[in-house]
This record gives sequence, C-alpha cells and structure tokens, in this order.
Amino acid sequence: MTHTANDPLLEEITGPTPGQLLRKRVFGHQGLLIGVIVVAILTLIAILAPLLAPHDPYAQDLMARMKPPVFLGGTWEHPLGTDHLGRDYLSRLIYGARVSLLIGVVAATISGLIGTAMGVAAGYFGGRVDAVVTFLINVRLAMPVVLVALAVVAILGGSLTVVICVLGLLLWDRFAVVMRASTLQVRQREYVAAAQAIGASTPRILLTEIMPNIANNLIVVVTLEMAHAILLEAALSFLGLGVQPPTPSWGLMVSEGKNMMLFEPWLVLIPGAVLFVLVLAINLMGDGLRDVTAPENRS
Amino acid sequence: MLQFILKRLGLAILVAFTVSFISFSLLFLSGDPAAALAGETASGEDIEAIRTLYGFDRPMLVQYGDWLFAALRGDFGESYYFKLPVAGLIAERLSVTMTLGVCGIAFALITAVPLGVAAAMRPNSLVDRIALFMSVAGQALPSFWFGLILIVVFAIKLRWLPPSGTATWQHFIMPTIVLGYYAMPAIMRLTRAGMLEVLSSDYIRTARAKGSSELRVMFRHALRNAIIPVVSLAAVQMGFMLGGSIVVESIFALHGAGFLAWESISRNDLPTVQALILIFSMFYIVFTFLADVLNAWLDPRMRSS
Repeated sequence: MTHTANDPLLEEITGPTPGQLLRKRVFGHQGLLIGVIVVAILTLIAILAPLLAPHDPYAQDLMARMKPPVFLGGTWEHPLGTDHLGRDYLSRLIYGARVSLLIGVVAATISGLIGTAMGVAAGYFGGRVDAVVTFLINVRLAMPVVLVALAVVAILGGSLTVVICVLGLLLWDRFAVVMRASTLQVRQREYVAAAQAIGASTPRILLTEIMPNIANNLIVVVTLEMAHAILLEAALSFLGLGVQPPTPSWGLMVSEGKNMMLFEPWLVLIPGAVLFVLVLAINLMGDGLRDVTAPENRS
Repeated sequence: MLQFILKRLGLAILVAFTVSFISFSLLFLSGDPAAALAGETASGEDIEAIRTLYGFDRPMLVQYGDWLFAALRGDFGESYYFKLPVAGLIAERLSVTMTLGVCGIAFALITAVPLGVAAAMRPNSLVDRIALFMSVAGQALPSFWFGLILIVVFAIKLRWLPPSGTATWQHFIMPTIVLGYYAMPAIMRLTRAGMLEVLSSDYIRTARAKGSSELRVMFRHALRNAIIPVVSLAAVQMGFMLGGSIVVESIFALHGAGFLAWESISRNDLPTVQALILIFSMFYIVFTFLADVLNAWLDPRMRSS
C-alpha cells in the first residue's frame, strides 16, 4: 500500500463502484429480499408442480370428501385435506400457482407492450400523439375494469386464454402513464440531444437511448401490474366468470369453498392466504425495486 | 379559470362519448347478438325474427345512434330478463351502491388520513412502519377473501353483525370496511408525503417559532395544505370504488347496482350490462372532473397544465 488513506482524490477513485453500491442497496433492503425469495419459491413450486404435487389435482374421490387438513386432525395422506369432490387440496393449490403466475406474467407482458409503446410514443413525440394517448388513457381509466372484464369474459366464454387476453388488453393504463412521464424526463437529457445531433434514427434513439434509461421504472410497473392481474383473475374466477372449473385457480377454490364456509372455513382460508402471500411478495418486490433503483438513493 | 373548466369539460364529454361507443360495441363482440339472445335451441327463423324485432339487421352505427339518443333521454331500453325498462331497474338499485360508496370513502379517509399524519410526524418510527406495512399489505389483500373472513369471524363465530342483506345500518358495516380499505393505502401514502413536504416549509418553521403548540401546527397549518391533493384523490378513488363494488355487493348480497351487473352478466342481459358500464363510467368521469376543478380552484398553479 503506497497511497495515504487521507488523500481525498485517491479515496474517490478507490471508492465503491456503482455495481457494488447497487448490491449493497439490494441486500440492505429487507422488503425486496423477502419479496424476491417468496416469489422465487412460489415460481419453483409452479414449475415443479408435477413433481411436488402428492396427487392428481383433478382426481376425484367421492369417498374422501372434505377431509380436514393435518393441523385440524386430518391424515398425511391429504396434508391440506380434500375439497367437496374429494380432490387433494395441496395438489390443487400447487397447480393453482401455475395458473396465477401464468396469468400474471402473460397479462403483464401484453399490457406492458401496449402501454410502453403508447407511453414512450406520447412522451417522445409529444403534440398530437401525446394528446391522443392521454385521451385513450382517460377513456381506459373511465371504464370499470371488473365490470368490463366480467362482461367480455361472459360473452366470449371463460377460459384461461380469454381471461389472460382480456386482462392484458385492459391493464395497460399504468404502463402508459408511467412510461410517458419517464420518457418526458429522459428526452430532455443531453445524450438524447447528442444522438439526434449525430443523425441517429428515431427507432435507434428510442431503443438505445430512451428505453435503457426508463427500464427501471418499467420493471417496477411490471411487478405491480402482475400483482394486479393475479388479483383480478382471482376475483373474476371467484365471481364465476373467469377461469372455469375444474381448472385449479385459487379464486375458484375460494368460491367453491364458500358454500361450506360455515363448517369448514379452512376451505376458504387456505387458498386466499396463499393468494395474499403471492401478491404481497410481488408488491414488496416492486416497491423494493423502486427504492433500490430510484436515482435519489444513489449517494 | 373558466377557460380551464371549459377545456376540461370538453375532454370529459369526449371521453364519455368514446366510453359509450365502447360499451355499446360490447353487444357485437359475440358476433351475432340475435343468435346469442335466441339461445342454442332456436331455429333460423326465430333468430331472424329476433333480429328484426330488436333492429339488429340495421347498420351498427345507426343502432348506436339510436341507443345513444335514447340513453341521453334516460331511456336504456328494456331488460331481456326482467322485461322492464333498464333505467328504472338501475335507479332502484343505485341508492344502495351510492350509500356503500360514500360510506366506503368516508371510512378510508377517517382511517387513512390520521394514520398518514401520524406517520409523517415521526418518519421511520414504529407508527410509520406499521402504516407503511398496512398500506403494502392492504394492496395485496383480495377483497372477496377479506369479505368472507369478516363474515366468518363477525357474523358466524361472534354473531355481532348480520352476514348479508341491506335491512339495517349494521348490514353496511362489513361491506364498508371491505370496499373502503382498498382506497386506504393510496390516501395514506399521499397524506404522509404531503405532510412531510409541508412540514419542511418555512411557514411551519414560523408557526413553531412563534410558539404554537405541536397539535396546532399539525392540524391548523400543515394538514390544511397537505389535504388538498388528498381530497381530489378521494374523488377519483370514489369513482373507482363504485366500479369495484360489484365484488363487495356479491359477497354480502347487497342488492345494489353492482349486484345487478353481476346478475345481468350471468344472464346475458346485455342492455342492462351496457347501461351499467356506461353509468359507472359516468360516475368516474364526473368525479375526476370535479376533482380537477377543485384542484384548480384551490391551487391556481394547476390551471395552466
């Protein structure tokens, strides 16, 4: 070691890199860590469902209906009991994770593509494009989501594909709002002006100058809208106009358990609690990402 | 100010027309509304008869024009299921939904504003963390599940409250909580952020310097200014809530407009569904318009944007 510790110039040079700072912020954020871990575990469970599920989630056994879970005096044959058709509750929960995560990911991707395209175009081009996009956002916000989604699913017939498409086509508003605002900020920057000055094409500026600099906001909205889509699917299925039986959807499981709620409240409690944990974890992840990537935290 | 209001009003009307067109187009999403209405067992002649009876054989835009002009006069056609005018059906049910909406937003404000103020008074304290956790958890709580849990605990186990219906004010307690908690996180966060911003301003320092009590500073000086954006957020949330009351009304069997919407969707009663989507949208449009005007009135800087 040749340099002296109190040389301010050297201290600046040997200070932590941006990557190290980011890592420090990530590992110092409890909410983000908990969220990521829970989402990762549930994603693994969804992917490995065929290996993990003790029974076939569709197999009915009318001789073993509404067996209680282990902690309420049941047996390990059905750790979380069975439903009104004698189907293993744990297996249905595990397969239900697939439905929820699939809907969350695909619906958020569809709405993300629509909303980002609209928002970036509005923010970058301004003028009439902006006026049209802002108008469309206003129209979309005025439509009651649950009602429109229910009506459309009822008309087209409930299936996983229909539910995913309807939610994907309805939930783009927050993407458009946030991406528009982010683009408006970024396009004032000097590097955008520099790219324009050297004659870069518009698609190139949008993809290589604008997008990377608004990507952190995009990721945050993706997580929040995933959570939103998962909750909406559960609500639609609960109302009987979402994913149709016998598909194992957590919202549907709550709905099926509702009639036995008086005597067997766990039929309602368990799937709802799992849904709550997944959505909470995704939201913690989203909030954490926002805190960690926010420029004002980079000191 | 007048110019701002006129501009904003023009936008609101344009949005309203677009929404009306979209909710009307829903009818044609299934392909042939006459066949859908006739049912699966109907013959070709039956379908043709229904097509002429309901005027589905005319161009879509003509049908839309007819529907819109009738709707503007308050005539939404006849319900396929009840064989009664849709407008009357909805008017009958709307009072329940409006009561629920007003109670819900009042509940959200009464709980979220004090919590936000308390959180802002002591940032990073225990109160602040509890408030933050509640707002994150609140957003993740599925309302249908929350409602069922309340029913199990307060209606079935403890027998404190009636599980469903609209007979007395006690019937509205659980629905109000379930509908209102949804708006709490946003209101709490905005109150907290607004208070933090106001509390760091010069006039608060002046108020403290002249020896005002802390409570007086908080409520008389700070909250008055921080509450402005909260009021307009509450108006917007109220618009959202009315649209979301469909879930709450179905859990607690409250026979309001949301319940009617759910029933009508299940019964393929399209004129009722169209009218309800339009009416719920109108509520949202009116509330956001009022919120914007209120904002501009209270804060002249907003008028230019």
